[in-house]
Amino acid sequence: MDFMDLFIKKRIRAVQKGDQNAYADLVDLYKDKIYRLCYRMLGNQHEAEDAAQEAFIRAYVHINTYNPDMKFSTWLYRIATNLTIDRLRKRKPDVYLDEEVNGTDGLTMQAQLPSREASPEEAVESLELQETVQRAIERLPEKYRSVIVLKYIEDLSLQEISDILGLPVGTVKTRLHRGREALRKQLGHL
Amino acid sequence: MKCPNEMISLMHHYLDGDLRPEEEQRLKEHLRSCAACAAHFHELKKTVAFLQYAAHLTAPPAFTTKVMKMMPKEKKSARLRRWMHGHPLLTAASLFVLLTVGSFASSWGENGAFSVSADEHVIIRDHTVIVPKGETVKGDIVVRNGSIRIEGTVDGNVTVIHGKKYMASAGQVTGEIEEINQVFEWIWYNIKEKVNHALQSLE
Repeated sequence: MDFMDLFIKKRIRAVQKGDQNAYADLVDLYKDKIYRLCYRMLGNQHEAEDAAQEAFIRAYVHINTYNPDMKFSTWLYRIATNLTIDRLRKRKPDVYLDEEVNGTDGLTMQAQLPSREASPEEAVESLELQETVQRAIERLPEKYRSVIVLKYIEDLSLQEISDILGLPVGTVKTRLHRGREALRKQLGHL
Repeated sequence: MKCPNEMISLMHHYLDGDLRPEEEQRLKEHLRSCAACAAHFHELKKTVAFLQYAAHLTAPPAFTTKVMKMMPKEKKSARLRRWMHGHPLLTAASLFVLLTVGSFASSWGENGAFSVSADEHVIIRDHTVIVPKGETVKGDIVVRNGSIRIEGTVDGNVTVIHGKKYMASAGQVTGEIEEINQVFEWIWYNIKEKVNHALQSLE
């Protein structure tokens, strides 16, 4: 066990014994990872911050159910992933882009929107690219989205993703393949 | 030419890093000869690179402070539960004491019947035990729900539970005299007795 693991274990024990301040160290350590996950899952900063905060509060409240055999980060990721999936499901269903808009005689919403498709030159510019990638992630169904985000945004191993989602590694791979294919169709031409 | 789905599958296994060397060789050979698959593979790798590029993102400022401000105030019960979780042995011990005390306390109300532990050399009249003048009772006397009047001698301790003791001027007790009329005294008495028993059985 390296120094960091030991530090984390000690902090968790302190929190379990009622030391609230020890929790600040854990939040500091994982805030970027958890916020990033929430942002990529939800696609908006305000909601992402709210969800990340809620994930940390939930973890604190249930700290005594944390099983030390599991990595603390795995447990946190699990809480945050479940939370963001819950939020996605509670959202009002998105207006379908190719639905007809009332009173516009056959004109679809797609046609009314300014083209979202960025040209390759534009997309290479950093913010633009970030946006484009984010929109592509958001178009993924949630079960592919969580696997893609955990793999490529959080850089986790397939085994860790399987632990977080409670799915067999084989299922994680299948979802990853399908998610990558779906993204390729949107991003591959850039 | 429509390439087999197997090639696409191999590409994904390659990206997951679990392609056997001979499979990797087969994929590479295929990509050299098939422009469509080569383009597909290139797009997949680009997609992955874009995703990895999007990974750079940090939490907004003061995130930790905000979380700490939102933390629930520790409820007493929560703290107790946390404490109990952290100290199973002490919890068990406290529970034992609580239950023991509880059982003594409840037995305080029971046993309303009069009883006395000595029957030789004593006279019993209207829930009062009398040690007559000139008599000597050897050993301890415990009177429950009654009183004791000592005119003679008791060679031991006298304990009166739920009652009174009266000492005549000539009366004599060699040991301790104790009156127990309160629940807590009763509990204390029981604990002392139990401990004494335990110590005696140890010896």
